[in-house]
Amino acid sequence: MEMIKLNIDNRTVEVEKGTTIYHAAKKLDIGIPTLCYMNLGDLKIEHKPGGCRVCVVEVEGRRNLAPACATECMDGMQVQTHSIRVLNARKTVLELILSDHPFDCLICAKSGNCDLQDMAIKMGVRSIPYQGEKSTYKPDFSPAIIRDMDKCIMCRRCETMCNDFQTVGVLSGVNRGFEAVVAPAFERDLDHSECTYCGQCVAVCPTGALTEVDHTTQLIRDLADPTKKVVVQTAPAVRAALGEAFGLEPGTLVTGKMVAALRRLGFDYVFDTDFAADLTIMEEGTELLGRLTRFLEGDKEVKLPMLTSCCPGWVNFFEYHFPDMRDIPSTARSPQQMFGAIAKTYFAEKIETKRQDMIVVSVMPCVAKKYECTREEFKVDGNPDVDYSISTRELAMLIKRSNIDFNRLPEEEFDSPMGESTGAAVIFGTTGGVIEAAVRSAYEIHTGKQLEKIDFEQLRGIEGIRSASVDFDGLEIKIGIAHGLGHARKLLDDIKAGKSEYHAIEIMACPGGCVGGGGQPLHHGNPDIIKARQKAIYREDMNKPIRKSHENPSIIKLYEEFLGEPMSEKAHQLLHTHYFDKKQKDVLLD
Amino acid sequence: MAKFKMHMLVCGGTGCRASASDVLYENLKKEVQEQGLQDDVQVVTTGCFGFCEKGPIVKVIPDNTFYVSVEPKDAQEIVAEHAIKGRRVERLLYVDPTNKKQIPDSKGMGFYKKQIRIALRNCGLIDPENIDEYLAADGYEAMGKVLSEMTPEEAIQEMIDSGLRGRGGGGFPTGIKWQIASKVAGEQKYVVCNADEGDPGAFMDRSILEGDPHTVLEAMVINGYCIGATKGLIYIRAEYPLAINRLKIAIDQAREYGLLGTDILGSGFDFDVEIRYGAGAFVCGEETALIHSMEGERGEPTFKPPFPAQSGYKGMPTNVNNVETFANVPVIYNKGAKWFASIGTEKSKGTKVFALAGKINNVGLIEVPMGITLREVIFEIGGGIKDGRKFKAVQTGGPSGGCLTDKHLDTPIDFDNLLAAGSMMGSGGMIVMDEDDCMVAVAKFYLDFTVEESCGKCSPCRIGNKRLYELLDKITKGQADKEDLDNLRNLSGVIRDTSLCGLGQTSPNPVLSTMDNFMEEYLAHVDDHRCLAGVCKDLIRYEIIPENCVGCTACARNCPVNCIAGERKQLHTIDQSLCIKCGACLEKCKFNAVEIV
Ligand SMILES: Cc1cc2nc3c(=O)[nH]c(=O)nc-3n(C[C@H](O)[C@H](O)[C@H](O)COP(=O)(O)O)c2cc1C
Ligand code: SF4
Ligand code: SF4
Ligand code: SF4
Ligand code: SF4
Ligand code: SF4
Ligand code: SF4
Ligand code: FES
Ligand code: FES
Repeated sequence: MEMIKLNIDNRTVEVEKGTTIYHAAKKLDIGIPTLCYMNLGDLKIEHKPGGCRVCVVEVEGRRNLAPACATECMDGMQVQTHSIRVLNARKTVLELILSDHPFDCLICAKSGNCDLQDMAIKMGVRSIPYQGEKSTYKPDFSPAIIRDMDKCIMCRRCETMCNDFQTVGVLSGVNRGFEAVVAPAFERDLDHSECTYCGQCVAVCPTGALTEVDHTTQLIRDLADPTKKVVVQTAPAVRAALGEAFGLEPGTLVTGKMVAALRRLGFDYVFDTDFAADLTIMEEGTELLGRLTRFLEGDKEVKLPMLTSCCPGWVNFFEYHFPDMRDIPSTARSPQQMFGAIAKTYFAEKIETKRQDMIVVSVMPCVAKKYECTREEFKVDGNPDVDYSISTRELAMLIKRSNIDFNRLPEEEFDSPMGESTGAAVIFGTTGGVIEAAVRSAYEIHTGKQLEKIDFEQLRGIEGIRSASVDFDGLEIKIGIAHGLGHARKLLDDIKAGKSEYHAIEIMACPGGCVGGGGQPLHHGNPDIIKARQKAIYREDMNKPIRKSHENPSIIKLYEEFLGEPMSEKAHQLLHTHYFDKKQKDVLLD
Repeated sequence: MAKFKMHMLVCGGTGCRASASDVLYENLKKEVQEQGLQDDVQVVTTGCFGFCEKGPIVKVIPDNTFYVSVEPKDAQEIVAEHAIKGRRVERLLYVDPTNKKQIPDSKGMGFYKKQIRIALRNCGLIDPENIDEYLAADGYEAMGKVLSEMTPEEAIQEMIDSGLRGRGGGGFPTGIKWQIASKVAGEQKYVVCNADEGDPGAFMDRSILEGDPHTVLEAMVINGYCIGATKGLIYIRAEYPLAINRLKIAIDQAREYGLLGTDILGSGFDFDVEIRYGAGAFVCGEETALIHSMEGERGEPTFKPPFPAQSGYKGMPTNVNNVETFANVPVIYNKGAKWFASIGTEKSKGTKVFALAGKINNVGLIEVPMGITLREVIFEIGGGIKDGRKFKAVQTGGPSGGCLTDKHLDTPIDFDNLLAAGSMMGSGGMIVMDEDDCMVAVAKFYLDFTVEESCGKCSPCRIGNKRLYELLDKITKGQADKEDLDNLRNLSGVIRDTSLCGLGQTSPNPVLSTMDNFMEEYLAHVDDHRCLAGVCKDLIRYEIIPENCVGCTACARNCPVNCIAGERKQLHTIDQSLCIKCGACLEKCKFNAVEIV
């Protein structure tokens, strides 16, 4: 690598050729403010449109100021990062951005967590000298995401996530100049676009322009209603991230405190989605073994590889973009929906409560789940299996709003029976986890032998596409893993082209899987946070006494008492689903 | 052209066509036919003469008679008088606005005297739809020479030596650009001709493509040979149907003659050209935005580097040049770099085409040597200010150029001098203003354009220009204070300093240059709530001068809101609360009884 030397604020630094001024300055611990720039390191997402212009620096011999995030260092360069000219320019640019921004901080969903607000505080803005018209745009309320483009600063991060990383291509710049805004094609609303509700745009939006639909008010109302039994389920990735909202180190596990907080919030039953994840493995694993057996018996009709189906962002994706392949994914519902279906039947019977009097709430790292629970096929007589889903962020907000001192809460246990789960279920929260959990059970069921080593290191990691093979006692099972829909698309294209060698593929829509979900506390562009959560998930798995789904006693009991066996008729009715061709979705055409 | 005794060149440019020069052409042909003169008189459609304001133009050769504002019905008289009797049709001759004398010969017109035509050399002379006429005018000779006698390195060196700089606005040395593009490796390199021409009022590129399309094709082949590109793309705005049509004809003819396609002239070099249509946004003329637009992406600029030469169309090395830049290329190889470099100033060689407009007598397209002064352009070629008014300023460089004043009149025009004076060459717009123009209103007018045309990608341009406009609006309404002037200046500086592309980097020029040169006008608006030029509606009143008013009722009859009262032969008065300041009364009053105060 060719090295070059340059001078920043009169200090010399040596960097690799191609390094930007921003990174060179970082080496010297010189901070340069940024708004649009985003670099998610290992996840290989870099976004540098050079649009916001708050990162400008002065480069000797250059006519105008240079954006530090996009300008490459040159040998012998002389850079000033806080000359009067630079400071004035940055402040003026920020004042301009604020002059076209609603002053809604007191009532904004993003307040306290907003990069723009942060920058205004840091730069000490006390007045806006440039007042004038503000650009406005129709607000967009979809079942999962709210777009309030009046708060958009045109950083275009959402576009990079949606178009480059997810290859969904819903968001792009429309209109010109002062009226420019990011929107779906033909300025439709999200609900009439091909949006998967993966929420990755929400996860990176530096302002309150993109937020999840807020269900907390509804929840508070239901909790206060004495005629309702309110049941909550919490997804595995939530416990690995919730602590961040209370100042804890990323990767701190707060399972027990979370349970305690939920009890104090007034939920009648605090359960775990992990229970349903174990159930998913029973169904999905059995389905996989079934397809494999038929395949080995020479059945040409059988669809392989089988794709996982527990991520609703991914389900939306193939319904829109690969509808002709919708018979390949497993028919198993996501854990959230399995939980809802069992809660409102099996558990409702147990506590002698009518379906109508039970509210099932999920706490999810996810935005797509908000949409998923509104799907018609998951309703019985109009009553949804899961009434609504709140994000990790919403839960944190609710805890704060209720004056609960989270960090001083005791550790408590989930309620029984739907609170019991295994290590296999926990790892659903990370990329590679679902398939590892499936392998743990499928291996033992298929071979009839006990696993010697439960950890399948070859399935773990953070690479966008991974592959591994597992020896099922002489039978080699080839497994593919993708997180991020762009990576998923590649695997699907291979299947379409008949080039896929896999027997099973796990797909999660979000970077890192649910740990990097669109409903998690914001990572503010730091990918290490996602990796720390991933580590925490594997720690939780290690600490679980039972680590294989088929050994979960509550699950065994559920089959004995209620479902019969995996893939039984009852299981089909409650735990499986079917998919739609949404390319044909007529709403798209209206 | 030898066998004919007389040629009638009928302008077929967009301007003249708009006044039925195509019908005129047909009429002339028919008339010539009917008089049995078809073997003696040839009627030809040509490209623009640059004198569109007085079009349709007909030029008769060999005597260089220059007819202006010719109507289709004049065809008969021209043939009967000029072709048969040898007498000029006096009433169609051009009248010099300064001395009111008829000028029979185009060589005697001030408009043409100081012009040197290189890029426009064939415009108004040859039939653009006939490749043979281009060939007869040394067409494709340069290409033949380069392909057969020169290595790409030699040809690039010749271009460097000529000193030609890009005419699209930036003024980057063309030869150096080619050299850079030639050194970057790429599977498929591209040559792109930028014919987006988004400057309102500029039409040099259109005129070249309409009047001499082959010159651009020839230059693109040469360019392709130099940098190792086999594909050429012309990005042209869809609003130029005539230019597009002529280009298509030219491409077909060139292919037919083996001047485009595979193994051109047996040299083994392949090159072909395709046309791409622009969506019409001004910013799509910026080269990175243009490339994104051709790729089907949103037409917005991206940060450079990478430059198109490194990563352009489809990520491949791409050389982008402007139409006028290309139009100079064949001549440079035909006459030599030395010849070209002998014209112009030290750092700006050759000529530049300007679109002269505004309060000037001769409006039109001119090509002048670099180094000519603004005074020569405005007062000699342009024939001075209209109606004998006083010169106030000239705005050069298109919507984001600056306004220069009489202190700049003797500055030799070139890239660097214009920049130093606070303006720029831009694509060559030149708008002359007189004492009736308010410079704050002028700045506001240009900002209105930039606000419309900003792509919205970067914050300083997207929001800053809007705020500049609003500040200027406030000033023109007499609502601004001194602090607003400080903010205006600071904001202008920051937008120029921090914007992503050339649009935002130059859009404050009209503000800064008018603040530098006409501060007293800003102060009059702010401090005294007065518009010195009497333009800003909120700061003026129309009043009737009692001594002059004879009660003719002309004003009252023409007032659109009926706010003038007064009996016949009585003093008229204006109801100020209703007046919308349209100026109709002032215009209609023959007794100078209406004034602006
Ligand atoms: C806002 C903007 C608009 C532009 N429009 C044009 C245009 O219409 N035509 C053009 O040739 N160059 C235009 N340019 C300049 C091009 O970016 C580019 O520099 C030029 O095409 C290069 O050709 P040249 O070196 O031959 O001048 C524009 C630049 C900017 C910043
Ligand atoms: S987006 Fe940020 S700056 Fe804007 S109102 Fe919300 S919190 Fe305040
Ligand atoms: S939720 Fe996902 S698919 Fe929908 S717009 Fe955002 S990034 Fe795109
Ligand atoms: S919606 Fe958010 S992420 Fe997208 S451009 Fe606007 S501010 Fe940036
Ligand atoms: S990966 Fe997890 S968080 Fe992301 S969309 Fe899928 S289920 Fe939701
Ligand atoms: S300067 Fe203006 S036109 Fe250029 S990129 Fe920025 S917003 Fe777009
Ligand atoms: S300026 Fe127009 S509106 Fe006013 S009095 Fe004269 S004619 Fe009437
Ligand atoms: S952070 Fe550099 S331009 Fe936005
Ligand atoms: S169009 Fe005829 S002179 Fe310009």
